Amino acid sequence: MLVSVYRYNPETDDAPYMQDVHIDIPGGKDIMVLDLLQLLKEKDPTMTFRRSCREGVCGSDGMNMNGKNGLACITALSQVVEKDKLVLRPLPGLPVIRDLVVDMSQFYRQYEKVKPFLINDTPAPAIERLQSPEDRAELDGLYECILCACCSTACPSFWWNPDKFIGPSGLLQAYRFLADTRDTAREQRLAELDDPFSVFRCHGIMNCVNVCPKGLNPTKAIGKIRNLLLQRAT
Amino acid sequence: MVTSITSFGRSGLYDWMMQRVTAVVLMAYTLFMIGYLLFSSDLSYAQWTGLFQNTAMRIFTLLAILSLVAHAWIGLWSVSTDYIKQTGIRFVFQSVCGLLAFVYVVWGIQILWGV
Ligand code: SF4
Ligand code: SF4
Ligand code: FES
Repeated sequence: MLVSVYRYNPETDDAPYMQDVHIDIPGGKDIMVLDLLQLLKEKDPTMTFRRSCREGVCGSDGMNMNGKNGLACITALSQVVEKDKLVLRPLPGLPVIRDLVVDMSQFYRQYEKVKPFLINDTPAPAIERLQSPEDRAELDGLYECILCACCSTACPSFWWNPDKFIGPSGLLQAYRFLADTRDTAREQRLAELDDPFSVFRCHGIMNCVNVCPKGLNPTKAIGKIRNLLLQRAT
Repeated sequence: MVTSITSFGRSGLYDWMMQRVTAVVLMAYTLFMIGYLLFSSDLSYAQWTGLFQNTAMRIFTLLAILSLVAHAWIGLWSVSTDYIKQTGIRFVFQSVCGLLAFVYVVWGIQILWGV
């Protein structure tokens, strides 16, 4: 099969380019895209990408495979290869450090903005803060996010304003803490989000939902934040 | 909190709400107009001016004009902050939009109370 990979080494290349590699998959097996990258790296050790857990848990190998963002380690060739061809590019919209490795600072800065930790100003109980099973269930579909950035880098609103729009990933986390009954900072959190960019740049395009490898739904969480803002203001 | 001094109401929620409310007004006005034109097949000049001399119709039309400019401003402001990266050019674009909106409101009022 033909693999076309985005290559860029700022130390030696003037500009990024696409490198075409013909490769035979040993035994014609249906391997994961990450395994394929490993094969490429054996041929050419300068080929650079991130990976760690190789089982869809760490979120480090988010990339664009034949036009769709996803995790290389849990995406089988059969899911993405079209006409025996696979185009691999770094996550769109973020600065490229080298080959498939992108600079995630902007993404993390947005994450940081939503204060992704529990804030509770009441005295800490002796053992732990308890939640009812129902209250805990509110966090399902939110806490599972692995911060792979597949969603935010698929979102046009994030491409145009990565410094102002928090993006689907950050907003999913914002809602994860807004929905937590143990958190007492709801008012401050909402006040921080009420500008024209942070939340309201989302136009419901739903690219985020389409790509999330964990099957999460940031658009729904964003809708819930909007409802909380509405309740607070009317 | 991202500050922004050029957006319609400075609050994202307010702009969002306005965009929806003005859309409803514009929808109502459009439907009314379509209905009116459909049900008055042989429309005469007198009938048409008569319609716009009615105070209720003038209020409705002015409301629709104001909704239109607010709706257009919020929409074009979003587009400009998405696609025009250079602050200077964006500011010029927004100024032109703002000026045009103002002109259209005044012009609309003049037409409306001129019939
Ligand atoms: S639904 Fe919102 S956050 Fe998700 S991709 Fe679309 S604009 Fe971005
Ligand atoms: S919401 Fe999904 S796509 Fe977005 S960062 Fe979290 S796990 Fe990745
Ligand atoms: S290597 Fe950890 S998610 Fe793919």
